[in-house]
Amino acid sequence: MSVASNAPLVELKGVRFAYGEREILKGIDLSVRRGQLVAIMGGSGCGKTTLLRLIGGQLRAASGQVTVGGENLSSLGRSGMYALRRRMGMLFQFGALFTDMSVFDNVAFPLREHTRLPPELIRDLVLMKLNAVGLRGAGGLMPAELSGGMARRVALARAVALDPMLIMYDEPFAGLDPISLGVIGQLIRRLNDALGAASIMVTHDIHESLEIVDYVYFVSDGQIVAEGTPDQIRASRDPFVHQFVCAEADGPVPFHYPARDVADDLLGVEGGR
Amino acid sequence: MNFFASIGAGVVNGVWKLGLVARFFALLLRYSGQSFLRLHLTIREIYFGGVLSLVIIAVSGLFVGMVLGLQGYETLQRFGSGDALGVLVALSLVRELGPVVAGLLFASRAGSAIAAEIGLMKTTEQLKAMDMMAVNPIARVVAPRFWGGVISMPLLAAIFSAMGVFGGWLIGVVLIGVDEGAFWSQMQSAVDFRHDIMNGVIKSAVFGVAVSLIAVFEGYDCTPTAEGVSRAITRTVVSSALAILALDFVLTSFMFRGL
Repeated sequence: MSVASNAPLVELKGVRFAYGEREILKGIDLSVRRGQLVAIMGGSGCGKTTLLRLIGGQLRAASGQVTVGGENLSSLGRSGMYALRRRMGMLFQFGALFTDMSVFDNVAFPLREHTRLPPELIRDLVLMKLNAVGLRGAGGLMPAELSGGMARRVALARAVALDPMLIMYDEPFAGLDPISLGVIGQLIRRLNDALGAASIMVTHDIHESLEIVDYVYFVSDGQIVAEGTPDQIRASRDPFVHQFVCAEADGPVPFHYPARDVADDLLGVEGGR
Repeated sequence: MNFFASIGAGVVNGVWKLGLVARFFALLLRYSGQSFLRLHLTIREIYFGGVLSLVIIAVSGLFVGMVLGLQGYETLQRFGSGDALGVLVALSLVRELGPVVAGLLFASRAGSAIAAEIGLMKTTEQLKAMDMMAVNPIARVVAPRFWGGVISMPLLAAIFSAMGVFGGWLIGVVLIGVDEGAFWSQMQSAVDFRHDIMNGVIKSAVFGVAVSLIAVFEGYDCTPTAEGVSRAITRTVVSSALAILALDFVLTSFMFRGL
């Protein structure tokens, strides 16, 4: 594991967010330092991806403060946000590769858009990024010709094309076979260390994540309910963490959707359907 | 009461949508610089929207012209004016049928493809990924497709009209035996560049703006699901057809010189 510097690169203080009347985040505090790989975990619909979108500036917090690289996101205009995003990389859940471009052109895309480098240099940089994810030989393929794991690796190469200071991963392990899952996990760790970046990974794949991350935040019902290093998480007696780590069906996160008493529902008439 | 409430809701939604389209159009114009500074982006869209529509436009134009030849001659010869067939075919195509039918075909061939492509890019998070890479999707994806459509449409309408005139000649002169000299000379003297051809060009340009705007808006605004994309494509074709016919009436009214 890497040694992280002390100044937080990403900092959230008392962040609240709601979609209309529905409150998604209810006062989140977290920080990520350079060199750190942090996982944000929680059940489906708990607000993990919303949290990632707030950090990426795709959503604005209703209250509280989101700071990335020393910039308060709520005070940034569109051009300021774009300047900041040039120093960020993001891996989407299913890669989000541009389907009308080859693998090579996908990875070259951010370089061509944001730099004036000569084509030969762009070629070399793209090949280096593809080599880092083991797909140097796949540059000529189209996204439709790739497996799920390969597409995720290409997207990873594209996300780090501009050597970002912050890399965000939205469910990087979703739908992968065990081999691809291990490959992606190791790549995430290696790229973070090689770039000296900070990485935030939203996931619910607890076992793979605990092998590679430096710190974990558990989110439930819009709040951080537990946090710690992987060892602290494994040793935790917190009922939510225990349920999550042991994959128990029932616990603080209930198995049943809120409903009337089962006997009332089965035997009673009033209100039953 | 529910009936009136639903009418009210429909009107409110319609006004909301018009506002959204206007705002989207303003943003599109604001971020259009890249479409011309990086011309290859727009040229690519002219190829996909315009060049690939050539076959359907040319074949349809030919058939419409041939039908005009048959129907026109049948009517004209009742008044002993069969020689004026060239004028009838050319004016019908240049002033009206060329822009309108080419617009309808363009909406169903290219407009639906544009809406589907942008909608699928939204559904598969490609637009979001672009935005996260600090590349404005309106400037990079939407504006080149819009301008590609706007540039293609008048050219397609012109090709439609030319093919229609050829179809009319084929039926009138070759098949029926109308005098060729009368066919072309009457057409040449009766069709005015400013009042007939330019009217058609203006109409096709306006239809190009309308169809392209509807297509890119519906794609960009669609619900990011398979059903959402399908609805966006349907709405593109239906709204474009209605917009073309309504705008055609408005434009024709302004261009009317009969009184």
